[in-house]
Amino acid sequence: MATVWIPPLLRDLTAGAQSVVVPGETVRELIAALDARYPGLADRLIEEGALRRGLVLMVDGVTSRQGLRTRVRPESEVHFVPAIGGG
Amino acid sequence: MSEQTTQEIVSPAYKVIGTRPARPDGVDKVTGRALFGADIQLPGLLHGKVLRSPHAHARIRRIDVSRAARLPGVKAIITAADLPDVENKIQEVGEGAIGLKYLSANLLARDKVLYHGHPVAAVAATSVHIAEEALALIEVEYEVLPPVLDVRAAMAADAPILLDDLRTDELGQKGTEPTNVAEHIRFQMGDPAAGFAAADVIVEREFTTSTVHQGYIEPQNATALWNQDDTITIWTSTQGAHSARDQVAEVLQWPATRIKVVPMEVGGGFGGKGNIYLEPLAALLSRKAGHRPVKLVMTRAEVLMATGPTSGSFIRVKMGATKDGRITAAEVWMAYEAGAFPGSPVGAGMNVILAPYRIENVLIDGYDVVVNKPRTSAYRAPGGTNAAYAAEVVIDELCEKLGMDPLEFRLLNGVKEGDRRASGPAYRRIGYLETVRAIQQSEHYRTPLEGPNRGRGVASGYWGNWGGRSSVAASVNADGQVNLIVGSVDLSGTRTTLAMQLAETLGIPVEHIKPVVADTDAVGYNDVTGGSRTTFGTGVAVYELGRRLKEEMIGRVAELWEVDPAEVSYADGVFAAGERRMTFREAAGRLNEDRPIMVSAATHAQEVGPGFATHCVDVEVDPETGKVTILRYTAAQDVGRAVHPDLVEGQIQGGVTQGIGWALNEEYFYDREGHLLNATLLDYRMPVAPDLPMIDTILIEVPNPGHPYGVRGVGEVPIVPPAGALANAIYHAVGVRLTHLPMSPARILEALWAKA
Repeated sequence: MATVWIPPLLRDLTAGAQSVVVPGETVRELIAALDARYPGLADRLIEEGALRRGLVLMVDGVTSRQGLRTRVRPESEVHFVPAIGGG
Repeated sequence: MSEQTTQEIVSPAYKVIGTRPARPDGVDKVTGRALFGADIQLPGLLHGKVLRSPHAHARIRRIDVSRAARLPGVKAIITAADLPDVENKIQEVGEGAIGLKYLSANLLARDKVLYHGHPVAAVAATSVHIAEEALALIEVEYEVLPPVLDVRAAMAADAPILLDDLRTDELGQKGTEPTNVAEHIRFQMGDPAAGFAAADVIVEREFTTSTVHQGYIEPQNATALWNQDDTITIWTSTQGAHSARDQVAEVLQWPATRIKVVPMEVGGGFGGKGNIYLEPLAALLSRKAGHRPVKLVMTRAEVLMATGPTSGSFIRVKMGATKDGRITAAEVWMAYEAGAFPGSPVGAGMNVILAPYRIENVLIDGYDVVVNKPRTSAYRAPGGTNAAYAAEVVIDELCEKLGMDPLEFRLLNGVKEGDRRASGPAYRRIGYLETVRAIQQSEHYRTPLEGPNRGRGVASGYWGNWGGRSSVAASVNADGQVNLIVGSVDLSGTRTTLAMQLAETLGIPVEHIKPVVADTDAVGYNDVTGGSRTTFGTGVAVYELGRRLKEEMIGRVAELWEVDPAEVSYADGVFAAGERRMTFREAAGRLNEDRPIMVSAATHAQEVGPGFATHCVDVEVDPETGKVTILRYTAAQDVGRAVHPDLVEGQIQGGVTQGIGWALNEEYFYDREGHLLNATLLDYRMPVAPDLPMIDTILIEVPNPGHPYGVRGVGEVPIVPPAGALANAIYHAVGVRLTHLPMSPARILEALWAKA
């Protein structure tokens, strides 16, 4: 289980839920579990088999470059936030 | 009066970190021997010039280069027809992603020109003068279209459409109608409506900001040789050699490993030199001119009109608080101009705008909007200065209505470890509150400001910073000197800060490290120098390099001494096992007799430490002229660990200076047809030394737990608070809230007249 924060623009798919606790040991499994409960979420988060470009995965406050295969712990908190460039 | 102070939260005993050694590139820089891109001279060198659009928005009906081609001395002419067609796909290049079709169309316009200065053709000739003459002989027939220059006008239903294929993206859901709105992003937490219902005081204001440029002194330049073996070498001024290589590879559809980019010294970038402009043109011209090298150097006017300034913007902020000063809710609506192609820093602005504050109920909507101006580029904390300006002015007004000291308000509402930011994730160890307390306790803030038309303003700011990918290598010479090979372009003294981290790790003097910035063939991939990443992210790679180098040398000293490596210790530059001792230098000599010593490391640093700052400024406003004189400025910043305090202070002073320019003077002026009217540094007014007091700095060291020495990025945070601090100071001086950047003398006078 892990807590996934739903990007605000996708909360129309989760009846407004801000975060959802779902089972899974990897981000791929979490998204699959989310999609089973809220159909259509996976299509918005995944593109060509990978996390949608422009999204950054953050697990427990740290960015991950492992994408969908990132492992999570039961108490993990998962966020999908927009990628930000610097100067 | 002036003070540069450092406040350490934890103080480990470092020998190199925290000292202020001379820069290894210093002598070359101050004697004029450092080589910049424009210095390149090669046998058979040709000179290139770019023909640019005189219109902000027009369809290209016809281009005829025949007369120009007949001019003696002209060796090659290219138009968009010489660029390969590229797929309309998003490609990760350097620090961000970019639409390849748009990247290509920005280099040379295809069917439409989208801004005044948009390249249309390029010429290579035996002299710059012949190339310029040839440009005048190229005939281009345009169908002029109405331009749209303002972000809100571009969002209107009846706005002229720039890009026929553009549809609004809302996290993977595409709109169906043509539009200028490329993207909508939203952050939302809690229940803003309930939060506002609980507020005793609500402030809502709208802000606009003008387009501004980074103002780097060295214009963009590129020299390319397309060799007979179809390898390409490019010498250029770039923030990322590998990123430049990959962008060129994509737009030319040429293998990246057949392209070598040699990064020259960079005369300022600030985010503006992460994109390519001239490199593919020089390469194509070189091939077409019979494999002769071609050099292109922009003029100042070209830099201002056709590189990547940062966004003009519209921002609405609404914030509520209880009468005891707690923020209950905030709503933000912000639209950023992307220029001619999508990619404004609105997402970054959304991250910045409320970052210093703990707000449980928050909604932020951001829009990326194309307009008929040059495609925007990153600029030091992209999107942050204008965003923070809007929020910090609203907070100052809330404080005024509540009768609260603005720093006490920030201490009450400021974020600390565990608090969430508007995008959701919780902060790890940060030092925001420490910066507020530092200003509160500063001699500056404790000294009353007296006199008519004088005011004091404070503001805070944030930048998330970045880690990125880095590759480094080191070889140890027989005399104990270490060559450090990095691929991170040095914009701000990172040769020094990286050498210092290796010296600290190895326990040897920093003067024994010789850092070299290598080209793309000579070192592994490095992300751009940007996002305040290099001293942190490449620093992590250098630390790992030092660790491996120690391990390698310990193993080989053990071989030499015929003992188990576990018996060999290493500290303070000395190997030891039992009674045996050998200095690093002695070991280097002995080990090199056997075989050379060389190691490498490659990392992708993730545990980034965000940076926060709080600034305090005193101003005097001349009510007759509207001129703002800055009397005193103090910037307190959590810098993690100041590897080289001189360089950190320099970064803060430089960032503040750019923020002051953005706040008070700098702006692009366009006429109604979209012509840029002030493409010179006489008319684009950046601050110069007499405009500024000494900028005092207070370095707060709250180590980043994600770096072995506690390093956080420092270069971008300092440009974030100045506009807000100055707006607040002007208000306290003369009683008018300025809601447009820049707060130029004319706008201040207009506000004073309106008030009267």
